Amino acid sequence: MSEQQTATRDAAGSLYRDLVVERARRPLHGGVPDDVDGIGDGTNPLCGDTVQVGVRLGPDGAAALVRHRTRGCAICAASADLMADAVQGRTSDEAAALLVWFEALLTQGERELTPAARAELGPLLAFAELHEYRSRRKCAMLPWSALLAAYRSSEKA
Amino acid sequence: MNAITSVAAADLSHLRADFPILQQTVRGKPFVFLDSAASSQKPDAVIEAMAHTMRTQYANVHRGLHWMSERTTDAYEGVRDTVAALLNAPSRDEIVFTGSSTGAINLVANSYGALLRPGQAVLVSEMEHHANIVPWQMLRARQGIELRVAPVTDAGELDMTALEALLADGKVGLVAVTHMSNVLGTVTPAARIAALAHAAGAKLLLDGSQAVVHRPVDVQALGADFYVFTGHKLYGPTGIGVLWARRELLEAMPPFMGGGDMIASVSFEHSSWAEVPHKFEAGTPPIVEAIGLGAAIDYVRAIGMERIQAHEAMMTEHALVRLAQVPGVSVIGHAQERGGVISFSMEGAHAHDVATLLDQNGIAVRAGTHCAEPLMRRFGITSTARASFGVYTTLGEIDVLAETLERIGRFLV
Repeated sequence: MSEQQTATRDAAGSLYRDLVVERARRPLHGGVPDDVDGIGDGTNPLCGDTVQVGVRLGPDGAAALVRHRTRGCAICAASADLMADAVQGRTSDEAAALLVWFEALLTQGERELTPAARAELGPLLAFAELHEYRSRRKCAMLPWSALLAAYRSSEKA
Repeated sequence: MNAITSVAAADLSHLRADFPILQQTVRGKPFVFLDSAASSQKPDAVIEAMAHTMRTQYANVHRGLHWMSERTTDAYEGVRDTVAALLNAPSRDEIVFTGSSTGAINLVANSYGALLRPGQAVLVSEMEHHANIVPWQMLRARQGIELRVAPVTDAGELDMTALEALLADGKVGLVAVTHMSNVLGTVTPAARIAALAHAAGAKLLLDGSQAVVHRPVDVQALGADFYVFTGHKLYGPTGIGVLWARRELLEAMPPFMGGGDMIASVSFEHSSWAEVPHKFEAGTPPIVEAIGLGAAIDYVRAIGMERIQAHEAMMTEHALVRLAQVPGVSVIGHAQERGGVISFSMEGAHAHDVATLLDQNGIAVRAGTHCAEPLMRRFGITSTARASFGVYTTLGEIDVLAETLERIGRFLV
């Protein structure tokens, strides 16, 4: 790393690691197509950020496709995109179970989690440092509330 | 600029030693506190005055027939004189203690508002804090008055032509505007607004929550009818605010809250009210907080409000120059007359990300809508980051802000 890169790295701290910034800038799951089974929306009234999540489900109820449309900060946008990776192939109940670990990560940090939970979360561990930034936790949580709403709306459909 | 704005006179960096909290590090970095507009830090003088009161000189006020209560009453009532001097109010009896600026505005909206009739209007501006919008909406719902809004120009100044036009039909009973915007830093032309309001038969309320911290305020020279501010932005504690109003208005207004301390006599058939200002101070007041506010006012007056204004003008000027050099950063609002509050955005970066990244470097700014959502919509933005200055702010801190923003921009955008 050059000296300048190191200085920039210091300014960023470990929360805004490359994975987060990269996914915020260039999401892999951006854009919600019309032919999804369920759509859910989330809004953060504090900042006006919005996330829309669309899911298409397989016959077993597992998510075959998860896409999002996010207008928000880097934490929110990266959380939406990494969430889309993480819940791929999961049913509504399985996604909700993962969310329990994710919430624990955001409130307690990585060290409090069991090895099994850490393995489940995988790349989502990028948000571990948010446990020191209480005011930003809802940025990372917003896509998940939209996701659960999307699962629910697919059940009604 | 006059002589007092010379760098030497405006250099207040020696005052930092008065603020114990600033001696700390945050996230391993020197603490750069640029969020005074939300709430300022407290000097030892305030902390000590409050602790001293609770340690040595505390009892309830206005009711004890004992030595300790009388001493506490003297200290509490003495603050009314201190506030009157700060605002150049004609009389100490025109100073009403409230819990906050919000409390003071709600008092006026309820008590003066009760004198307004359907068909009359209250005129606010587009750059008000929610505290100077919502109480009037609630009054509208109660009383059937109209709520008018004076627009803000692209530069972030009050549109005075539009304001005058909104007053023209003589229906406005009260103009309620900020004396200094908590988002744009704009200082409004209060004396001109007062003249226009009075010519149209309206009274003027000024929200001085920001202005009173940054500049000398003379309510008589401004021609205001109501002036409100809060203690915690003026280096004092939370839980204490001030309403100043002309005596004849206070006397005409019905009480806001009922309870002890605001009455002359009570029976089950009838109660009569105490004289102003006590008519508006129901219940045990924030005694220790008022004494803390008194110490804070003594502190800023000993420095001199003109010197504080010159210091912050220097900080603001430096910050505007330094922020203009940071790629992608733009400042919202370019008023001719402004104080030490600067909102900015960084192209391609969300204000909350900018604020968190600054925080990781020990720099505290505010990000969001700053309790002024209508103003955000006016400028077509969802949120901004805001740096605001106090007596303890240094040029070096502003340089650290600008340099860190530059690094964040390289990383994030």
